Amino acid sequence: MGLELYLDLLSQPCRAVYLFAKKTGIPFQLHTVNLFKGQHLTEEFSQVNSLQKVPVLKDGDFFLSESSAILIYLSCRCQVGDHWYPPDLQSHARIHEYLGWHADNIRGTFGVTLWARIIAPLMGLQIPEEEVERNKTGMSQALQQLEDKFLRDKAFLMGQEMTLADLMSLEELMQPVIFGYDVFEGRPRLAAWRERVEAFLGAELWQETHAPALNFLDQWTKNTLLMLRPESYPSFLLRIARIP
Amino acid sequence: MGLELYLDLLSQPCRAVYIFAKKNGIPFQLRTVELLKGQHYTDSFAQVNSLRKVPALKDGDFTLAESVAILLYLSRKYKTPDHWYPQDLRARARVDEYLSWQHTALRSCCTRALWQKMMFPVVLGQPVPQETLSSTLADLDSCLQLLEDRFLRDQDFITGSQISVADLMAIEELMHPVGAGCQVFENRPKLAKWRQRVEAVVGEDLFREAHTVILKVKDTPPLDPAVKELLHSVRSLLQ
Repeated sequence: MGLELYLDLLSQPCRAVYLFAKKTGIPFQLHTVNLFKGQHLTEEFSQVNSLQKVPVLKDGDFFLSESSAILIYLSCRCQVGDHWYPPDLQSHARIHEYLGWHADNIRGTFGVTLWARIIAPLMGLQIPEEEVERNKTGMSQALQQLEDKFLRDKAFLMGQEMTLADLMSLEELMQPVIFGYDVFEGRPRLAAWRERVEAFLGAELWQETHAPALNFLDQWTKNTLLMLRPESYPSFLLRIARIP
Repeated sequence: MGLELYLDLLSQPCRAVYIFAKKNGIPFQLRTVELLKGQHYTDSFAQVNSLRKVPALKDGDFTLAESVAILLYLSRKYKTPDHWYPQDLRARARVDEYLSWQHTALRSCCTRALWQKMMFPVVLGQPVPQETLSSTLADLDSCLQLLEDRFLRDQDFITGSQISVADLMAIEELMHPVGAGCQVFENRPKLAKWRQRVEAVVGEDLFREAHTVILKVKDTPPLDPAVKELLHSVRSLLQ
């Protein structure tokens, strides 16, 4: 049995892992874990990851969670171009510097749009407008730092070539875009970077990766998504409560 | 000019970097950046880290922010013993996995526990609603449980039988609520034994030295109002 990936393409870090594995031609078996249907809460999935989260990688009897750890593992384990996770001391340090900043400033911040517009209402909850506005300010500040400290005048976040950092970053930024808030508007440098990443990955792979999220949006627009019982999703409630 | 480390031992990740560098005999100039005096807002510090955060590293012309990046840079450059950040792919992945998880899980509740239990009420003179503090302490409790059940399990150290940078980062997070007077190890024998093992590897003297600031944080004199203003960004920790 080769590599297996447990993913839900509704999730930003899952999309980063999927894009990487597909683009680099790493063969894997895909297990879709539908978060909206609570498949991450099953006893069966707890055997895969007791933290009840995706993405997860399974390599024989080795299970690994956390998207950055998975991306790093795959880039070392499989034959992929050096540019994804460059080995020289300073480039390697810069990627980890980005990932540290990303954890504080990007992760958590860019997911709020989906929660506020779609998931909370489907649980019968309303996220206060002031929280939504505060989140927009948070996103704006993070985007400014992304441009000024990381991207600057380079083609990609780390330099002239794509790295894991670009995938992690762009997929977070795509979340509000997909769910109705265009973070690239008024930010031509970031928009150009996005285009370069998309061009590198290829239109077909890009569309395939984002289809499930767009499909989810479509179902919501057509009112075909079922309401969620809040008590069945304590982790969702916790997530909503954490929105500043 | 050799390696410079810009640190405030009030900060969890700074303590981890300090212990790592000292334990491994890495020669460095310590540049203390006192957060409670707003020194991270000076222009000279912005030259080292435009994000105005500690820890930060300066190695000749090369500047670097973010504790994990700094720890890994030091481990590679100074060729520290393998167990700190193993070459073995799977062992290293376990460290990477922990370092990623802790950033969005343990870091948040340990920082909030210190600020809500100690820094706001005692040092800044700003009371915190009991409900807020209770919720934070409940979060902390859940995180500690995850640390025990999911990461430490029956192992001596977080990622196996040997200490790694994961243990340094973890112990420093836990020392934060300890500094605030929280009972972190008292009802958790597994964590208490793990702490003893980590202290034994690090060495009693170094461990004590690294924690002088955090363990005396309740004695911090009242802050200058100008500095209080500068620290407005910590208001987000009131949640």
